Amino acid sequence: MSDYNFAYLDEQTKRMIRRAILKGLAIPGYQVPFASREMPMPYGWGTGGVQVSAAVLTPDDTFKVIDQGADDTTNAVSIRRFFQKTAGVAVTEATSQASVIQTRHRIPEEELRADQILVYQVPIPEPLRFLEPSEVETRKMHALEEYGLMHVKLYEDISQHGDIATAYAYPVKVEGRYVMDPSPIPKFDNPKLEMAGIQLFGAGREQRIYAIPPYTQVVSLDFDDYPFQPTKADHACDLCGATDSYLDELIVDDAGGRMFMCSDTDYCTSRRKDGHVGAQGVPYKEDAA
Amino acid sequence: MQTQILEGGFTDLPIDASHAFRAVMTAMARPGEIVSVTGAQPPLPLSAAAGVVILTLCDPETPIYLAPGHDTPQLRDWITFHTGAPFAQPQDAMFALGAWDDLPLADFSTGTAEYPDRSATLIVESLTLSNEGAALRGPGIKDRAALSLPETRAFQNNAALFPLGLDFIFTCADRLAALPRTTKVS
Amino acid sequence: MYVAVKGGERAIDNAHAWLAEERRGDTDIPELSVAQIREQMSLAVNRVMAEGSLYDPHLAALAIKQARGDLIEAIFLIRAYRTTLPRFGGSNPIETQNMQCDRRVSATFKDAPGGQILGPTFDYTHRLLDFKLAADGEAADAPTAAPSQAPTPHIMSFLDREQLIQTEPTGEAVPDDLTRTPLELPASRALRLQSLTRGDEGFILGMAYSTQRGYARNHAFVAELRIGAVAVEMDIPELGFAIEIGEITVTECETVNQFQGSKTQPPQFTRGYGLVFGMTERKAISMALVDRALRWKELGEDNLGAPAQDEEFVLYHSDNIQATGFLEHIKLPHYVDFQSELELIRKLRREAQDNISREAAE
Repeated sequence: MSDYNFAYLDEQTKRMIRRAILKGLAIPGYQVPFASREMPMPYGWGTGGVQVSAAVLTPDDTFKVIDQGADDTTNAVSIRRFFQKTAGVAVTEATSQASVIQTRHRIPEEELRADQILVYQVPIPEPLRFLEPSEVETRKMHALEEYGLMHVKLYEDISQHGDIATAYAYPVKVEGRYVMDPSPIPKFDNPKLEMAGIQLFGAGREQRIYAIPPYTQVVSLDFDDYPFQPTKADHACDLCGATDSYLDELIVDDAGGRMFMCSDTDYCTSRRKDGHVGAQGVPYKEDAA
Repeated sequence: MQTQILEGGFTDLPIDASHAFRAVMTAMARPGEIVSVTGAQPPLPLSAAAGVVILTLCDPETPIYLAPGHDTPQLRDWITFHTGAPFAQPQDAMFALGAWDDLPLADFSTGTAEYPDRSATLIVESLTLSNEGAALRGPGIKDRAALSLPETRAFQNNAALFPLGLDFIFTCADRLAALPRTTKVS
Repeated sequence: MYVAVKGGERAIDNAHAWLAEERRGDTDIPELSVAQIREQMSLAVNRVMAEGSLYDPHLAALAIKQARGDLIEAIFLIRAYRTTLPRFGGSNPIETQNMQCDRRVSATFKDAPGGQILGPTFDYTHRLLDFKLAADGEAADAPTAAPSQAPTPHIMSFLDREQLIQTEPTGEAVPDDLTRTPLELPASRALRLQSLTRGDEGFILGMAYSTQRGYARNHAFVAELRIGAVAVEMDIPELGFAIEIGEITVTECETVNQFQGSKTQPPQFTRGYGLVFGMTERKAISMALVDRALRWKELGEDNLGAPAQDEEFVLYHSDNIQATGFLEHIKLPHYVDFQSELELIRKLRREAQDNISREAAE
């Protein structure tokens, strides 16, 4: 890869992305159009996040990539390798040691610090897209702060199902102005969107970048009589015993037997290293798994 | 062309620019936080920090306005040689460079309702920069911060335009701080 | 006891090795050379160049070889390579009236200055599998003639002279580049044409076909279809004049379409335009029809609600690299989101069940 520039993208492209990131931070929750480039991985595989990471990384960074909360899922491995090769950055699986974390579908369980940056891969950045397919129309709605359609949708959910039927990519309002798609994180993660670190969102195919600065107000949309509730499986992690983490459900035998384990693999491993053992777990050993 | 024009740019462009951008991004994400930058030695009257900002963010796609105090042939040549950015009138500028009293605030684009990002970023050369003075609140600030601003009224008016508005980067020697439109100044 | 699944890194390495082996196929069969693909699969090469937006037959052939013949994958390889290339500047517009035509046909006039040239077309072949090719692919020499020196003016220019066809404003401004600026709607015609020329052939064909079947029908005649080589020139500021930097083969299609006229304007024909890299006439004709359908607003026509009239629909869905990426990404893990849906549906079912039981008890 030595024929390519530091962090793959050429400098002019990085400048264009960097300018979009700054405007994104200045207008929290607003989707800044940017001239997304074709990357050497497919659209839908995190090209937006990759372009944002490429514009943000320095050679001094320690980079972590998670997909579904896990560092060892194939696409996370592939993106981590890409930046190891093209930017020469150090990589880690430990949330606390990472300075830049690229994620798909999760926010790490461990609270992020002020010196950490979280980069989200976003498939459809427009929170109103499934209510109004036209970009021309949704851009108008944001301009006029006309979000009635979203409230109607949530209200119809309640009248039909008795509950808001959105479990992930749950819409939020940022700093009292823009309704924003937090990317397809489970709504369990929504409360973590108010954090000390910088959050950057990249949608490559849809050519949008947006951002949430630290300590910015992020409110999940709800109604007084149906307040927002972050939910998770009503279990403890079977490996580490955690009761506060988002859980994956696994089918473990032909009879349909289930077990639950932390989606955040680093969180789970750290707890096991600290001596926590879940119902089906074994004490942590350095060479195991 | 004078050698001074050819010099003073980043020595290792991708690496220097990556560090510089992180500093500028930190400043924009955390209004009031003062960061140091290195890598540019522009001709006077440009500060090193303003030079770094221009090398990091400007190119042929970004029209730039030079306030009278900064509109020197030497500085024009330096910016042209190192960035290729075209010079523009305030209303067409994506970036503006100058001392506070030298910048025609009312003339810059504050964006449109549909595209509030199409607004100018002002690089304000300052004689002092310290965490004393006006109180800042808003996104990026934990409780409150303080920054030596040239005045308060203009920033209050700017914040009232939100989501439209201008964004500011204050530069002083090799240090800079930023004030996006979201910051409430008192 | 449960041991978490790991091994993403090894799985990826092994998959890549297997892929390489499958690409090569049976090693008892001689390997294809890039030159063979370039010369003998030239229409596939042309499509990859057109939709990859990069005119380089050798690289397109390499991409086809690497992609095991999957043309969308090959287009993707070319696009990803293209983005890394530095941009030295823009060429001058190519002058297609000076084209050395390999093929030039008009459906609107029996003959025209410069003549009709059938060229190397499948049009009148009978589509019978040629089993001889299986054994012997050599072709007999085709008859040759001295290249015609006669000018081949655009056939549309004859309609122009009579003012029978709407004139298009000539623009001096350099149009936006779809690959360098984010698409904004409504898009200029230049941007629409850029999008169509690199759009997926199948998608553009389907859209064009739908207009023929009545979804915003625009009565297209092929005024002219021409394929051939044109010079590419570029102004070199240091020299102060333009020099020829290369030659490319393109396909150009101009259609004549009906137009109603209005109270202030006598009836006039209107145009659709297609221009595509390489010998790609299906694509160029399709492009011209879709271009014409998208022009309803500027020509004061009604919006019939037809898919081919919907600029946002066409432009946002014509790119096969965007489409295939997003479509195929649903095979990536989504178990975190699915888990949240599982919990939600279980909760909703529990509540519904409770309601039913309560009502039954009352």
